[in-house]
Amino acid sequence: MAIDWQPSASLETLRERAQLMAKVRTFFAQRDVLEVETPVLGQGGSTDVHLVSLHTLARTDKGQRRLWLQTSPEFHMKRLLAAGSGPIFQLARSFRDGEIGGRHNIEFTMLEWYRPQFTLDQLIDETATLIMSLLPSFPGPLVHYRYRELFHTHLEVDPFTTPLEKLRSLAAKRAQMPAQSLAAEGRDTCLDLLMSVVIEPQLGQRELSVVVDYPASQAALARRHQDADGQWVASRFEVYLNGIELANGYDELIDAAEQRSRFAEDNAERRRLGLPEVDVDERLLAALDHGMPEGAGVALGIDRLIQLALGKARLEDVLTFSTPSC
Amino acid sequence: MANYSTNEFKAGLKVMLDGDPCSIVENELVKPGKGQAFNRVKLRNLMTGRVGEKTFKSGDSLEGADVMDLEMEYLYNDGDMWHFMKTDGSFEQYAVEKKALGDTEKWLKEQVPYVITLWNDKAISVTPPNFIELEVVETDPGLKGDTAQGGSKPATLSSGAVVRVPLFINQGEVLKIDTRSGDYVSRA
Repeated sequence: MAIDWQPSASLETLRERAQLMAKVRTFFAQRDVLEVETPVLGQGGSTDVHLVSLHTLARTDKGQRRLWLQTSPEFHMKRLLAAGSGPIFQLARSFRDGEIGGRHNIEFTMLEWYRPQFTLDQLIDETATLIMSLLPSFPGPLVHYRYRELFHTHLEVDPFTTPLEKLRSLAAKRAQMPAQSLAAEGRDTCLDLLMSVVIEPQLGQRELSVVVDYPASQAALARRHQDADGQWVASRFEVYLNGIELANGYDELIDAAEQRSRFAEDNAERRRLGLPEVDVDERLLAALDHGMPEGAGVALGIDRLIQLALGKARLEDVLTFSTPSC
Repeated sequence: MANYSTNEFKAGLKVMLDGDPCSIVENELVKPGKGQAFNRVKLRNLMTGRVGEKTFKSGDSLEGADVMDLEMEYLYNDGDMWHFMKTDGSFEQYAVEKKALGDTEKWLKEQVPYVITLWNDKAISVTPPNFIELEVVETDPGLKGDTAQGGSKPATLSSGAVVRVPLFINQGEVLKIDTRSGDYVSRA
């Protein structure tokens, strides 16, 4: 059988991709945001229960050590911020095991940038400006939605107050899933399912959609605040275009103690689920202890944005060699 | 049968769902930025032919279905069952029910090879070859000299199928038919 060695993307697409990458660099150069390159390997990994980290054994000066391939360049970039770098951006190779599909690849490029002193709203505006500058035609206005409002509009339920049993049966029904699959699942899994299967495909059609006020339980590395209704929510946003999630931004958590306890909660949840624990990044925690400036940061899936800009059907159409053919 | 996890799902894999054997048509990972991963899976129910979409949590698994495709020649109909014989030289025969035969009933011709789908050694569907040659048993008389385009008429073939044919076709002629669309292709 012939071995398939050809690139996943056409050479013409790779030329267009290079031009878009150059535009990204110009965008940040014009705004005095410093380009940085941080390591792909780290002594700690992402404890996020829903991400599967890859790790490798390396011979270091301290003998053979387990090093983690980053799921995003977040930890190293935050250490730079704590060291006083000022605004920084990176086009970083990131890794998430098992994620292969039309919008996923185990190895992918994350555009991540941090803006000390920026509010979440300022960063949303900058993210939208960048996205629009890379698209061949204007996608339409930037429209803000609150997470709660989307569930009211599309599903007639309240994500914060609807009883869990009702969310479970609604999610199972709307996603064509056997009800017993969700029997042991919590609110977040039901909400994620409804968001991904019902709401997300309808977002970003003839507009750039930004969603704010996610449940506080989905804060990850973002701060939390009380919204206009007095509900505790995560201080983060996501941007959607053509039903595809493009970016995820935070008002960054800078409290070292809070960060430490979230890592511990993640690993406790991992133990409960029978998942392997992940080494906590002590150097990030030490940097937060030292003090990281307040500000906002965002991660944007640049491969997906290029896919949309070039009108390609699958992510692999804009990758040199997708994971299945690497 | 083995169990298959969502990360082993791929087009063509045969699995059991709600008691029926199904063939996976498409498997797509759905993953929110911060949350549990799911797989949206399109499946064809091999008993009914219907295609539906289902969601699974990533890591869930389904039991494999003991489904096999075999090439067999059509032999005869005994009024109740349709009989086929393996073409591998074993002369092994299978009896097929009307339900499993479905639409293929109108494309049956003796000694032509069909693909019989077996589940637990029982025939559940019969797929005709893409093209088949059949004789016209009834149609309006042909128009002499009219070999040009334009106009068609119904013709009943030896298998019982009725297809639209050009006006110049006569009773007794053997035609090549595309069984997927039911269209006349040419004279055989």
